[in-house]
Order: sequence, then C-alpha cells, then structure tokens
Amino acid sequence: MTRQLLTGNGAAAWGARLAATDYIPAFPITPQTEIIEALANWIDYGEMDTRMVTMESEHSMITAAGAAAATGVRVFSATSSQGLLYAMEMLYTVAGWRAPFVLTNVSRGLAAPITLESDHNDIVAARDSGFLQLHCSTCQEVLDNTLIAFRLAEDKRVRLPVIVNLDGFYLSFTREPVELPEASAAKEYVGEYDPENIQFRASAPVSQAVAVLGGSPYSYFRYETHLAVQNGLTVFNEVADEFAEKFGRQYKTVEAYRMEDAELAFVMMGSFSTKAMEAVDKLRDSGWAIGLCRPRMLRPFPIKQFQEMLSHIKGIAVIDQNISMGMGGVLHTELMAAMYGQPDAPVISSFIGGLGGRDITMEEFFEMANTARNAVEQGQAPSPRLLYSENELREMRKLQSIAKVERDELGQSSGENSGGNTHE
Amino acid sequence: MSEVPMTRYKSLKHMPSTRLLGTGTPMCAGCGGLGALHEIYDILGEKTVFVNAAGCMTLMSVYPFTPFRGSWLYTAMASAPAGAQGIRDALDILIEKKRISKAEDLQVVVLTGDGSAYGMGLSATSGTMERDLDYLYICYDNEGYGNTGQQFSAATPHAAKTSTSMGPRGFSGFKKDLFAIWAAHKPAYVATVIGSEPVDLARKIEKAMQMKGPRMIIALSPCPTGWDYDPKETVEIGKLAVKTGVWPLKEYINGEIIHTKIPRQRQPVEEYLKLQGRFKHLFEPQRNETLISKLQNKIDTYWENIES
Ligand SMILES: Cc1ncc(C[n+]2csc(CCOP(=O)(O)OP(=O)(O)O)c2C)c(N)n1
Ligand code: SF4
Repeated sequence: MTRQLLTGNGAAAWGARLAATDYIPAFPITPQTEIIEALANWIDYGEMDTRMVTMESEHSMITAAGAAAATGVRVFSATSSQGLLYAMEMLYTVAGWRAPFVLTNVSRGLAAPITLESDHNDIVAARDSGFLQLHCSTCQEVLDNTLIAFRLAEDKRVRLPVIVNLDGFYLSFTREPVELPEASAAKEYVGEYDPENIQFRASAPVSQAVAVLGGSPYSYFRYETHLAVQNGLTVFNEVADEFAEKFGRQYKTVEAYRMEDAELAFVMMGSFSTKAMEAVDKLRDSGWAIGLCRPRMLRPFPIKQFQEMLSHIKGIAVIDQNISMGMGGVLHTELMAAMYGQPDAPVISSFIGGLGGRDITMEEFFEMANTARNAVEQGQAPSPRLLYSENELREMRKLQSIAKVERDELGQSSGENSGGNTHE
Repeated sequence: MSEVPMTRYKSLKHMPSTRLLGTGTPMCAGCGGLGALHEIYDILGEKTVFVNAAGCMTLMSVYPFTPFRGSWLYTAMASAPAGAQGIRDALDILIEKKRISKAEDLQVVVLTGDGSAYGMGLSATSGTMERDLDYLYICYDNEGYGNTGQQFSAATPHAAKTSTSMGPRGFSGFKKDLFAIWAAHKPAYVATVIGSEPVDLARKIEKAMQMKGPRMIIALSPCPTGWDYDPKETVEIGKLAVKTGVWPLKEYINGEIIHTKIPRQRQPVEEYLKLQGRFKHLFEPQRNETLISKLQNKIDTYWENIES
C-alpha cells in the first residue's frame, strides 16, 4: 500500500484503474473531466489495458456503457450534472437491462441558472432510476467505494449499475492523502467479472431488453429490479466487511459520528458532512449531546439502519444540498418517511443549504442545532429553512442593482434578459 | 478504388431459399419494412445482434417471443448506434483478451426507423461514423413516425398527408437527404435499397457484409397503414418508387456515388402517387396540377444531374 496526494477525481480514476476496468465510454463535463483525462493518459501510456471511447453525448455514453456491460465486459464511466440529466432516459433503461457497471457522478448544480459548482440536485434526480447510489465525503472514500461499487454491481443478487457520488470542487479538486491499495490486492478483491447469462455470443443467441405487453410482465420486471436494489443493503455490508478485512477501512450504509448517547443529530450526505463533524466536535466541547448521521447509500435507502441509529434521538436537523421545487429537501422527505410511526420518533427539522457550492458556515451549523433543539422542546418542527444570510442578501442586492443600472443604460429593455437572473 | 466484390446474387433464382426470420410478428400486413428485413436477414444470417431503436420494429420482440434466430437489444429512440458501439467494443475486447473465441463474434446491426435515423438518432449515428465503428445500419424508411400513428418526420416527402399534416397541401417540408448526409461522413458504404428489388438489395447487403467500418443502408419501406393503401400493393408501389425515379437505388463507395438501377424510361410520378391515400388530395376533388408538377420537376432535376 502506498500513500499519495490525490484529488477526488484522481481517486475515482484510480478506483477504475485498480478495478481492472475493460471499457470506458466517456464524455467531458466539468468538474468530472479530470477523471477521464487521467484514465486516457494511463491508457495512452500503456498503464491500463482498457479501451476508452469518447462518445458524442452522455445519452450515448450510458447506452454504450450498458450495452458493453450487457455483452460481458467490466465498464466504468463518469459524468456530472447536465450530463447525468442528459443521460436520464438511459439511466432508467440500462438499469432495466440489469447491466452492472460503475458510474462516478461528480455532483454539480443544475441549470438554470447554469453553474459549475456543487450541489446534489443532479444525483437525487437519478434516485428512482434503479442505479444504486454510494455517497462519498473524502477522497479515500471515493477510491474505496469505487472498488466496493464493482462488487456490489456485479453481485448476483444485485446485477445493477451503481453510482459513486462525490461533490464537485469540494472533493473533485481537493487533494487529500489517499492510501492506494496494491494493484494485485485490489484485483483480488474485485475479482473477475462473470457476466453469467447476460452476454451476446454467436453460440448462445439472446434477446435482451425486449418489449412487454401489458402491466403484468412490466410490473414483474420492475418489482424484480426494486427487490434487487434492496438486496444491495445486505450485499453492501458483506462486500464492505470483506473490504475492511483486506484493507482495514470499514464502510457502513449509514455512517455515525459521535452518535453514542447523542440526543440531537445532523443528517446529511456528501463532503459538507466533514464540516458537520467539526461542528459536532465544537458543540460537544460546549456540552451538547449531538452527533452526525450520514447515509452513504441513498439507494437502496437504509431505512432500518436509520431507525436503529436514530431510535434514541430526540431532535434531528436534516441538511439537504438539493431542493425539490414545491416540496423541499429530498433527504428530509425520505427520512420523515423512514421515521414516521416509530415509537418516540424524533422531531425532524429541515434545512436547505449549500446549493450551487454555497458554503455552510459553522455559525449556521450551530444555529441549525439550536433550531433542532427548540423544535424538540416545542414538540414540533418549524417550517423548512432555506439558508441565506443577511450578508449574502446584501451582496445579492448589489448584483441586482448593477444589473438594473446596466439594463437601464442599454435602455429601452431590448428584450434581452439573461434568463431568470435579472429579476428584481 | 478497391475492386467491387463478385456477387453470388445474379438473379432471383440465386436468392437464399431459407427464411430465417420467424413469422407471427405484430407488424401490419403488407409492411414493406418487414419485407425488406426478411430479405436482409436471410443474407445476414443469425450470427448477428440487432440493436433496435423505438419504432414499429420494436414490437417484433415481445417477451418471451422473437422472430430472430440471432440476438437482439432494444435501446431507445436516440441511441441505437451508441448501443452498437458498446457491443462492438465489448466483443472486440473479449476477443482481444481471449475471453471468447473469434467464433463467438457477431455482426452488429442497428435497426431503426426514419424518425430515429433522420432525426433523433442522427447525432449518435454521426458519432459512430466519426469513430469508424464496424457495424451495419439498417434504416427502414416509412417516411413518418409510424409507431406513433404516422406523424410527419424529416423523411416525409413534400405534400404527403400524415396525421400532423392533414391540410389540403399536406406536408409543407421536404424529405431530408439522409444518403448525402451519411455519405458526407465518408463511411465505408452507404446504399439505398427497397424490398421490391430483391436482387439489388441482396447484392448491396452482400457487399456491405464483406466490408469493415460503418455500412449504412436506407430501405424505402412502403407502409400500407401510414401511406394509406391496400396491403397487396406494397410490391407494386415499391417497384413504382424505382420506375418513377422517386427512390433512386444507389450506393456510395470509395468516395463515389453509383446508381445501381437507372430508370431509363421514367414513368410519371403520379403513377406512384395515385396509388396512395396520403396523396389523394393531389387528385381529388380536383387535380392539383401545380403540386404534381412541382413533385415531378424535383424528380426530373435529380435525374438530369445523374444522366448528364
Ligand atoms: C425519446 C422518445 N421520444 C418519443 C418516443 C415515442 N416514439 C416511439 S416510436 C416513435 C416513432 C419512431 O419513428 P421511426 O423511427 O420512423 O420508426 P417507425 O415508428 O416509423 O417504425 C416515437 C416518436 C420514444 N419512444 N422515445
Ligand atoms: S405502420 Fe407501417 S412500417 Fe409500421 S408496421 Fe405497419 S406497415 Fe410496417
């Protein structure tokens, strides 16, 4: 094992390399591009025995990924944001094919307005596609979870594609020391891809992904996929334990941080949870009984694990880096569903923050903890909060006044306005 | 120029006598696309994997039945060529890495309608030609979005009535020249075919099979349901499409376009039009001379350029 300073993107690329990937259909998009650049370089210099093809879109990229996996090779691919959405039709499709492969998504906010920075609306949009989802918060996790993801995807009980998610910029471009497993050990851990009966061969003709007539066969296959996704919980635990035995790092479907004897908890996904850990430490120092609970898996949703982990918790602050327009935070809704009807269910407060890379400050974490505690006292959660500071609003007003001056200057509202950004 | 391969299909009596494609599919009676596919499949054989896009032919393989003896993968409307890329690449990898023998290899065949080929899937198709993908593309061109009820597509001819061009002048646009668009990519091979000219079709498929790289076939596919005619006329309409010069049979090979069947004594286009309900408004209640001669002129101009 060697230690290297790697970005999140670098760690993802190493994951694909160490898993002895056969095939990589690719398409560039910030902040993911560094992954395919690294892989392309390795391939060009003969360090990886892999075929890479730059497709003309992510829709095609996911089609090719699924088709290659359905032919019997090990496939990796990567995208972000607009790319994931452009591929959305095919995410559902290839999951329906039961084509196992690993896709890294480097989370980035969705247009409009267009941004390069991170949030989770892209990845939550893929929630119901049939892909399993693993969410990472450090570069080490990105590498390790990529290896684990291949085991998970290719397991007989699952046989589905898996997305490994990491946050754009905060993780994709942040360098952290990462332990690189020995290539041989990684290879041994991931094993050979056994396509079993899912393959195209001259001697064994098959029809894959054929149409069905009527709701009954349709429902059957859809239920089957749902059950296979659910199997992902058991399989994850098995392959993660095996990983821990081999490499000494243990991963859980839901990660707990200082949850022992906690009364309050933050619940959130992704790299900002490392900030939440710092907040927990500080709050603990000043006497708060608080912890952090971080789902690694969003699909399958680890309901039981949440219920167990939160059974003694009185109040929760769920922080969503996504927003379901007209409803609110997706993780919040999911957690509410998991906890509803549990004896002594905690009071769950909802916060939206970190959209488009907006920071979540320490003060905000303290404030959210405070709100969650007050909610417990009142026995009722406040209406969901959209994090935004007075300072930010003042800065925003400045931008708007510049926009207004410019518009007035150019005058007579020529009809050109840039999307929704010029509203007063 | 590389030499043109010898053909085994000199006349109808040399055509394959076995019928490889099974019967009992839910395609309409008299479907010209299905007819062409039968002929093509007999030549391609079963060591094939068909990669299909959404369209009428998607319903050929409905769980748990299929008329194909070889393999099949349904993708989506836009990305059948990308599916072909994934399969071709995967088969190459498996052979290179000696995980399967060469005998397990398959011809990868994309099968889509015109809606997909001329429109939604064009970007994906263009990508495969750029990448010089080794595959065969078969577009059955029924000149509309057939599966959804024959709305006009980019392949619909001028003046045709479709379910989204019901007015007295029919479709106001013009059929896109997909042959030229494909040929502009300089792929290994591009050809037009039609089921009613089986020998010409067989030779072209045979030729395509002996080549590597993107081999692109457009089959004009008379469609009784969408074109509104009696199913028994499919072959006749197909023959007229060639005799009137509406559907030039040609191929692009090594940078050259060759017409494989030049209708020397071209019949007037109305012979072709008047058999089809979709052009009925050109003749009833009154004859629309302007539109008919407009259509005739377009055809004449095309052939003047070829014959001169
Ligand atoms: C993304 C997407 N949009 C629309 C459709 C609906 N649809 C299914 S088949 C079809 C028509 C396809 O037309 P064409 O390629 O000409 O094939 P044909 O139906 O004529 O066989 C359409 C529009 C779809 N399946 N997918
Ligand atoms: S609508 Fe036309 S193309 Fe489609 S199956 Fe019927 S005849 Fe064939």
